Amino acid sequence: MNGLGAETQFHVLAVDDSIIDRKLIERLLKTSSYQVTAVESGVKALEFLGLVGDEEFSNSNSKCQSVEVNLIITDYSMPAITGYDLLRKIKKSTSLRDIPVVIMSSENVPSRINSCLEHGAEEFFLKPVRQSDVNKLRPHLMRGQKNVPNLNKRKPVEECLSPDRIRAKLNHDLE
Amino acid sequence: MEIVGQLQKQFVDFSTSLYGEGFLDEQYLQLQKLQDESNPDFVCEVVSLFFDDSEKLLNNLATALQQQVVDFKQVDAHVHQFKGSSSSIGAQRVKNMCVAFRNFCEEKNLDGCLRCLQQLNHEYFLVKNKLETLFRLERQIVEAGGTVPVIVA
Repeated sequence: MNGLGAETQFHVLAVDDSIIDRKLIERLLKTSSYQVTAVESGVKALEFLGLVGDEEFSNSNSKCQSVEVNLIITDYSMPAITGYDLLRKIKKSTSLRDIPVVIMSSENVPSRINSCLEHGAEEFFLKPVRQSDVNKLRPHLMRGQKNVPNLNKRKPVEECLSPDRIRAKLNHDLE
Repeated sequence: MEIVGQLQKQFVDFSTSLYGEGFLDEQYLQLQKLQDESNPDFVCEVVSLFFDDSEKLLNNLATALQQQVVDFKQVDAHVHQFKGSSSSIGAQRVKNMCVAFRNFCEEKNLDGCLRCLQQLNHEYFLVKNKLETLFRLERQIVEAGGTVPVIVA
């Protein structure tokens, strides 16, 4: 596994408090040849991403290179910080908000789903997550690659692409 | 080779009955698909995690329901977790029992909860037993030089 720029595998951060579901999602992601880091809580996820409290680590480029994350997939129901809370924090962060976020839940609650999509989640998967769900991640990962040539730069993004994508997705889903 | 054939038949018959009787569902088949030469013990590993997690949860449930003042939210949280894990490995009857259990939690029905816990214990140990038998059959087939038949729903 090399750590060089554009040819690296996509790196997915998976967040789930269930050890069984962590093992499952990790295996599913690895069959798609993604590099996976699986953590057990929103707090651990934020630490990994370099966000502690609402402060961002003054990450220089050297730290960024090793923790570049191309997608975050998180369970919704977790103690302390829920997947929704995690989503909000990520989308509020100038350095992290372009990372696509996907939510998983064992419960089919329309208001919950809409809320997550409205706040920037790309997809909402019902558990148990299948290979067919994981296959839906690729377009989001590919898009991330095209938009930001070098995620390590961490400049604030002027045009917020995310809200437009959500609107498009919501419109599509509500028709 | 005669033995392998017999074991394989036993395996297929037993697996089929597990699906037929609702002990296992589609999701268990999905787990099988994730197992390959590079991850030959995947199913067994996930199921082992499930066993450990479940036994902890059953203990937690027993404790929670024995409290002077039962915290039904806490009980529900445990059942929710159990429902999730059983669903993730395809233990259908356990999952269904959890669904019923959650209804009693919502009603704060202690008797109902206690009965459900009893049934949940029963279902869990049943499926545990069945899965251990399944794994044993697989091992025997491999040890006898055969390959484990792939079950397609």
